[in-house]
Amino acid sequence: MKESHTGTSSGVLEGRRVEGMVVRRIERELYEVFIGPQHPGSGHMRIIVRLDGDIIVEADPDIGYVHRTMEKLSEVREWLKPIPLLERMTIIDACNVTLPYVNALEKLMDKKPPPRASYLRVLLCEINRVASHLYGFGIFGVFLGHSTMYMWAFGDREVFVELAEILTGARLTHTYHIPGGVRRDMPQDFPQMARRAVRYMRRRLEEYRKIFLENPVIVKRLEGVGVISRNLAADLGIVGPNVRASGIRYDVRLVEPYEVYDELEFEVPVFEEGDALARTWVRVEEIKQSLNIIEQAVDWLERHKGEVIPKEDYERLPKLHKEVYEKTGRVKLLPAHATMKVPAGKAVARGEMGRGEIIYYVESDGGTTPYRVRVVTPSARNAIVFKYVVPGHRLMDLPAIYGSIDYFPPEADR
Amino acid sequence: MNLEEVVELIRGALGDLAKEITVRKGYVEVVVNPGDVVTAATKLKELGFDHVKSVTAVDYPKESRIRVTYHVSSYLRDDLARVIVGLSVDLSRENPVMDSLVGVWRSSEFQEREVYEFFGVVFKGHPDLRPLLLIPELAEKRVLRKDFIVREESIYEGVPHRYQ
Repeated sequence: MKESHTGTSSGVLEGRRVEGMVVRRIERELYEVFIGPQHPGSGHMRIIVRLDGDIIVEADPDIGYVHRTMEKLSEVREWLKPIPLLERMTIIDACNVTLPYVNALEKLMDKKPPPRASYLRVLLCEINRVASHLYGFGIFGVFLGHSTMYMWAFGDREVFVELAEILTGARLTHTYHIPGGVRRDMPQDFPQMARRAVRYMRRRLEEYRKIFLENPVIVKRLEGVGVISRNLAADLGIVGPNVRASGIRYDVRLVEPYEVYDELEFEVPVFEEGDALARTWVRVEEIKQSLNIIEQAVDWLERHKGEVIPKEDYERLPKLHKEVYEKTGRVKLLPAHATMKVPAGKAVARGEMGRGEIIYYVESDGGTTPYRVRVVTPSARNAIVFKYVVPGHRLMDLPAIYGSIDYFPPEADR
Repeated sequence: MNLEEVVELIRGALGDLAKEITVRKGYVEVVVNPGDVVTAATKLKELGFDHVKSVTAVDYPKESRIRVTYHVSSYLRDDLARVIVGLSVDLSRENPVMDSLVGVWRSSEFQEREVYEFFGVVFKGHPDLRPLLLIPELAEKRVLRKDFIVREESIYEGVPHRYQ
């Protein structure tokens, strides 16, 4: 509806001049802007925003452009095959994204990995967490037009991607866990490489602070933008660094420790401000904590020897497989693993990814394929922020909020 | 708070509303009648279960029912933070309709849309019930129900005969 535009700040209202009074008629016409689905930085999604001037009055996240039927496909594949499938949701965080699925299987099968396997899992999880946060920083740099941050973060992420490659054999899609253990032991010279990467990253974070986090331009764009209060965060059910930036101390590694997180020393950084800047700081502090955990894990792994698969699985291996395992630390799976049956039951398992909590519901009817796999990823739960937090901001704040919640469409769409 | 205490806490709060309380692997499942779901959810929220982690549906064609489960937990109450409660209802497969819980837990809004598009469960009172991830034509097929079969395609499927 086009309104007649007679009144302005000159104080003229419908032809009648009002002395001493400044009148401005509210512009009723809203503009609808379709942002996306072209790749806005981190994957295909669309946000339909309605604008009054440049103020967003309504935002509708239209997601699903990269939906890949993960839940349906998991039902028609044998138990092990969803592992390499599900990690495609977030190849940059492939260890964290599939670990709860494996944990749910282990709950159903009453299997427990040996301590060495648990430490190796945690080690890879933390390497992935650093890489995931750095990826998020890089994308954030793109959103804010800060190309240095983009270059630096992606360059430094490569250090951790290579660590993961040395440990697992694959840069991104590691498929490292198998029910009851891991696929491969750590190479002997790995601890030195890991410690070097940790030293390097600690120094780099100091430089990130100077060029990005305390950069006056960046601070102006992030401070007080996209504020999520403590109660709103709980009401929307958002996860990960976003909820911890709003004063809620919630990290699955802390509230329901899985693997060996209860044996490790780390802090869960919490900020009270709830704005985009606080969310960014949480991630920086988390990288520091992950570096501490990486050090502790390699220290432990150096001091303790042991198996990476359960004893009963090892004994079942034929002679040749045993030889390969003893010599190279690689576990070659038997065909029986692919067609294994899982006792009937329902299990829920969860873990803390770089972007937040991931939860799996796995149901078995005792067959060779899952009866139902439900996965809710952190980005799927964070998508609601676009609808309820973005309105009221200027259009230019949208990329800042998008980047600060580290939303990743392929992970949200599953 | 251990699991027995949680079961007692829920039993005390829900009383007769809870038809069945079972300790599963990793969560406590509470089954209620579809008519009682809003009352039960409100009581759980008053206890401190303030957000929904996952809204799941499971199709059981042999028993002609669909079970919808809300996995809820707490951010603001520390002793409940590690507990996950699965509030479940059984709906008929032919006409799956239930009251929306968005009024109780806003965090379930997008996930109810997901259950709607994948299973055809209608949530009465949902503020914006339309498909989230799928295009409407595909959502009509209710693809996560068990009678939607994923067919394996051969590698030459769809390729014109003259190229084969």
